[in-house]
Amino acid sequence: MLTSKCLKGVMTGYPLAINATDVKVTEVDFNPEFITRVIPKLDWEVLWVAANSIGHGEGLPKTLEPKFEENEDFLKKVHKVLLEVEVEEGSLTCPESGRQFPISKGIPNMLLTEAEVQ
Amino acid sequence: MWFAHEHIDFRHAEMQSIISLLNIPIRYVEKPCVQKPYCIVELPSEDCVRKIASRSVLLKNCIELWARAKTVSQLHVNLKNSLKNSTGSWVAGEKDNDGVSSTCLCPKELIESSCPLKKSFKIEVETFCKHFSMQEKVSKIEIADGQRDLIQVHSLKKRQFIGNTSMDAQLAIIMANQAQVKLGDMVLDPFVGSGSLLVAAAHFGAYVWGSDIDYMMLHARTRPTRVGQKIRTKEESIRGNMRQYGTESRYLDVVVSDFSLHNWRSDLKFDAIITDPPYGVREPTEKIGIERDNYTLSEEHMVNHVPSKVEYGLGHIYSDLLNFAATHLEMGRRLVCWYPLVREEYQESQLPSHPCLKLVANSEQVLSKLAARRLLTYEKVLDDVPNMPLDPNAGVHNFREKYFTMGETTRRERKEKRAEEVAAYLARKMETTKYNDLM
Repeated sequence: MLTSKCLKGVMTGYPLAINATDVKVTEVDFNPEFITRVIPKLDWEVLWVAANSIGHGEGLPKTLEPKFEENEDFLKKVHKVLLEVEVEEGSLTCPESGRQFPISKGIPNMLLTEAEVQ
Repeated sequence: MWFAHEHIDFRHAEMQSIISLLNIPIRYVEKPCVQKPYCIVELPSEDCVRKIASRSVLLKNCIELWARAKTVSQLHVNLKNSLKNSTGSWVAGEKDNDGVSSTCLCPKELIESSCPLKKSFKIEVETFCKHFSMQEKVSKIEIADGQRDLIQVHSLKKRQFIGNTSMDAQLAIIMANQAQVKLGDMVLDPFVGSGSLLVAAAHFGAYVWGSDIDYMMLHARTRPTRVGQKIRTKEESIRGNMRQYGTESRYLDVVVSDFSLHNWRSDLKFDAIITDPPYGVREPTEKIGIERDNYTLSEEHMVNHVPSKVEYGLGHIYSDLLNFAATHLEMGRRLVCWYPLVREEYQESQLPSHPCLKLVANSEQVLSKLAARRLLTYEKVLDDVPNMPLDPNAGVHNFREKYFTMGETTRRERKEKRAEEVAAYLARKMETTKYNDLM
């Protein structure tokens, strides 16, 4: 969902690579309606790569099947990777400039430095 | 519909938002009016009434109106006539075997006999149908309660994590209603702070994102704002608040980010944007930047560097916010935000505007004699309009400066007035002493 297009000279800044040092899984309630609504908003391939890069991609298909909303098993897997898996510590890396944005306590810090906004 | 006597200017706007969200046709028997605490309406079914009451925080309760009239005798006639209306569940049908109808409030004959023209109606209401307690009677005519109790449940006094400018629970719920938040929506607050608006949105089923420039705030490391609290506890966080109210499953994430250079994917659309931007009085209006030219940062200082911030004027904030909403809102969905202003300078034409966004509601909360803030609700009506340049009215948005200069003048006026009063009093005293001396 996030990009680094705020950086000067970076055109798309997407997708950011995830480098996780601590991943936490918290179980939360499953709502198939929301998952069905949110999937079209995602860039599926990017999610697939991101999920695999932090070791939680098992069972996710590389391409989205046409009638995914009827497959509850699939929705549950998406629910897990979207809402239950959280990168507690790590960083996000801009694909174009290599600039790293740290993640601490599950909160990414996307602030630039004053030198970068000049 | 019986309303609480609070935030009167928000009453009609909230109700309109709710009925349009639920798509319930409503007929106002009387034109809604702020002088009256109630509003007489016709709704298709009791179920609709319950649905409305399940959302509204300004609504106390909904009561079925049997009859009304200007005079007592007319009231009796109207009440008798209303008995003929067989749709109401309270009207008695056939008697049960034991002679008392248990499903209905009152057997027909009892009502008829208790409404003789000569007797006062008030007494009869309390004495008839003794087989029901007062509470049971009330529950028969009262269809549903509003969400007043939620104010206590969500009260900031009992909330784990609060900040300097956390939004009052009631107003946050009004905002979620104005934004027409519903189950499964994706909602963003780009000036999230302690996340009080997200709590209300998540209560109505929204999945929430937040972003804020204040790193210390999002990590709950600012000074505690609660009286007597010395240090913040480990559990304090926006996520912790969601856990407290049982909506943790709807927490997506919060991001430390500068709104003037936001990081959202350009084709990402939100179902609602609700926010309370900083006004520059109790929370500063800032973005990343530095006054100096050619500033560079060495590699070794990059780690844990805290960037300096420069003034991010209100005009720029609202201009960015409206442009952002025009791009990142789903069609027909809403942006709800507060807008601070000096009361005597208020002109509707000077509110922030954007060709893609239609202002659908505008309610005032008076803050002091001089200042107020208005809750603005915009609906996205057009797509694909390029970013608008800075609002030409941007100059008038300098709330901070005006707030303090106006405050300053009145403080000075007050001081001068007091000085004059003291001088006059002393002069009078001198006069009397002189007079007394002469005597």
